[in-house]
Amino acid sequence: MLALIPLFPLLGFLVNASFGRRLPKSVSGGLASLAMLASFAVAAMSVWQLSGLPVESRAIEQTVYTWIASGDFVLDLTFRVDPLSAVMILVITGIGSLIHIYSTAYMHDEVDGEFARYFSYLNLFASFMLVLVLGASFLVMFVGWEGVGLCSYLLIGFWFHKKSAGDAGKKAFIVNRIGDYAFILGTLLLFTQFKTLDFQGVASAVSVLQPEVGFGILSLATLLLFIGATGKSAQIPLYVWLPDAMEGPTPVSALIHAATMVTAGVYMIGRNAVLFSHTPFTLEIVAVVGAATALMAGTIGLVQNDIKRVLAYSTVSQLGLMFLAMGVGAFGAGIFHLYTHAFFKACLFLGSGAVIHALHGEQDIRNMGGLKKALPITYWTFLIASLAIAGVPLLAGFFSKDELLFETFREGHTMLWVIGALTSLLTATYMFRLVFLTFHGERRHDAPPVAPEPIEPLIPSSHGHGHAAHAVAHTAADHGHGSHGHGDHGAHGHGGGHGHGLHDAPPAMAFALIVLAIGSVLAGYVGIPHALGGHNALGTWLEPAFEAHAVAGATEVAAATVENPAEGEVEAEDTGLEMTLMGVSSAIAFVGIGIAGFIWISRRQIAESMARRFPGIHRLLLNKYYVDEVYDATLVQPVRIISEEGLWRGFDVRIVDGAVNGTAALVDGGAWLLRRLQTGSVRAYASSLFLGVVLILGYYLWRP
Amino acid sequence: MIPLSHYLVVSALLFSIGTAGVFLRRNLITILLSIEIMLNAVNLSFVAYGRALGSVDGQIITFFVMTVAAAEAAVGLAIVIGLFRHRESLNPDAFTTLRW
Repeated sequence: MLALIPLFPLLGFLVNASFGRRLPKSVSGGLASLAMLASFAVAAMSVWQLSGLPVESRAIEQTVYTWIASGDFVLDLTFRVDPLSAVMILVITGIGSLIHIYSTAYMHDEVDGEFARYFSYLNLFASFMLVLVLGASFLVMFVGWEGVGLCSYLLIGFWFHKKSAGDAGKKAFIVNRIGDYAFILGTLLLFTQFKTLDFQGVASAVSVLQPEVGFGILSLATLLLFIGATGKSAQIPLYVWLPDAMEGPTPVSALIHAATMVTAGVYMIGRNAVLFSHTPFTLEIVAVVGAATALMAGTIGLVQNDIKRVLAYSTVSQLGLMFLAMGVGAFGAGIFHLYTHAFFKACLFLGSGAVIHALHGEQDIRNMGGLKKALPITYWTFLIASLAIAGVPLLAGFFSKDELLFETFREGHTMLWVIGALTSLLTATYMFRLVFLTFHGERRHDAPPVAPEPIEPLIPSSHGHGHAAHAVAHTAADHGHGSHGHGDHGAHGHGGGHGHGLHDAPPAMAFALIVLAIGSVLAGYVGIPHALGGHNALGTWLEPAFEAHAVAGATEVAAATVENPAEGEVEAEDTGLEMTLMGVSSAIAFVGIGIAGFIWISRRQIAESMARRFPGIHRLLLNKYYVDEVYDATLVQPVRIISEEGLWRGFDVRIVDGAVNGTAALVDGGAWLLRRLQTGSVRAYASSLFLGVVLILGYYLWRP
Repeated sequence: MIPLSHYLVVSALLFSIGTAGVFLRRNLITILLSIEIMLNAVNLSFVAYGRALGSVDGQIITFFVMTVAAAEAAVGLAIVIGLFRHRESLNPDAFTTLRW
């Protein structure tokens, strides 16, 4: 039955990819959404079945067929649901379904063939992602791992006639490939150590070992796996592709670059929790990289002006927090944050999509403002999700972020906790900067217009502004924007009606937004911490997934003690600490929101004067720490120069082409010499024949 | 009885005369005749060997050679006539068109 979960979206992909061009939009979009819903239903049934099993043996397996059988090495294509992947498949299929439904409205302006192409990619992505989380061995996971990378490339570059979109797609693919390379190396290294690629096999083989001291072979393997995770989950140093990935359609950003694919790295570490907890060296690196990424992306997010880019950096930052949790050994907390983050980040992205949709492609928050009245559904859902991500008490983000920071503190990483808390402050501030600039205050039209359409019109836009007659020839979207532009300069620009372009989210989009907003409120309640009288149901549910329980009981106990030394005793005195930290982080959330309100509602000029007072820092942040430029100078250009001058002009032209052309020249010259023998004179031929006979005979007669 | 070596000497002489004819004469018909002489020199040595060794193989192969030589002469003369019609010449040095 498990195989059905990735199979449904795969079928949707096949149908839409083969016949999509001939199907009307309602059929292709509906089919894709139905495939996801069917997959969600099967996933829910599997999880229900799983929860009925006793805790020690909570895993359902299905072997589809033997994939590779070579000598002693046998690898089955096996799917396995355990508590960890159960959470993942529910998130992927559940949020995936909502985003499919949302997309049917968001992408409605595309022509039929493009519309089907979009949904075929989306379904293919979901299918690969489900393979990734359901795969029971590194290699099956790697299939999904590569597949989602491919789909990410296809979807970021969906509007490929726009050069920046094509470039962003390539960048995402190439940066991901670097990580994938490390991932496969780590996998191979583990195989040489344990002779198995099955997750449980590796876990049980590791659990009998002592945790590695210093840097050994296991640390190297886990470090390589972690580099793979930094590529997929956008961490330092491979995070650079994610902000650029915002070139894709907004629902894609929500599905792939916020809720699902980018969590693959976090999931992978959770999946190999036993392995990683035996390599403290790597865990330390994971925690530090996570914290550094969280802080860095948070500061960049504070000054960005593109609504989607702010959310992108926010995603990088939140992923950094998840890695921080993984790195301090709080695997449950990391996955908990992954799960709540999926709700509110998807909601935020879809909300930003609704804003962009309403404004016909406008993405610059400097040109927004005052949208609260015009877009009530979008505003309220966006606000709820922002409160959730900021960590306001009793919403989803509060519980998960709090547990994550608490675990960090309890494990003794005070410095990392400070960074995490600072990141929370930044999160609250930039999220509410976004809310206030987009929805509150006056609608700003005087700001310089920014090229808005996702699709470049064939006629230069200045014509559209100048002559009404030309604007008629434009497509519907272009026309709408053209008249919107007139409104900017016209007399009725600042009135209550805001022209005719502004409409709130259509039903399909509103539905997804409302469901996700409800999720952003309620999702945290599966993990109420002990300190607040709950019993952290999610943590308890996930726990068996982070232990090696497949083997005999003796090793199991050993593994358990390694992970949680004497949990019961610590618990009581922790309650007070946890309450304190909870108070601190709630305070942080409110302070962050307050700062944002103070600066961007009442004293807008403060932001500008700050920017003027510290131009260096402002420019540094606005240019994202110049990381792209540094990468370009240190990596991209050298590779390009070596390729062009060395490999192309040097090796390819000189040596490869030279060998081919040289052979031809040699034959040509030889023939020029030898053809002199062809005199045409029969007598000459006869004499050479005679001479030859004489020589041969002479040799045989006079040989010694 | 005449010893084998005498036959062989005659055969070698005939073969040399034929070879010299092929190379020195400037008339295609004469060259064909010289080739016939060479073939007959070989025939002579075959028959001589056959007689000396008490075997009929030499005579059998000679019959083959004579048959082939007759056919060859027929074809060769036909080609010579064709060439003559084409160039009004029987000198082999006139036919060097097939060169580089």
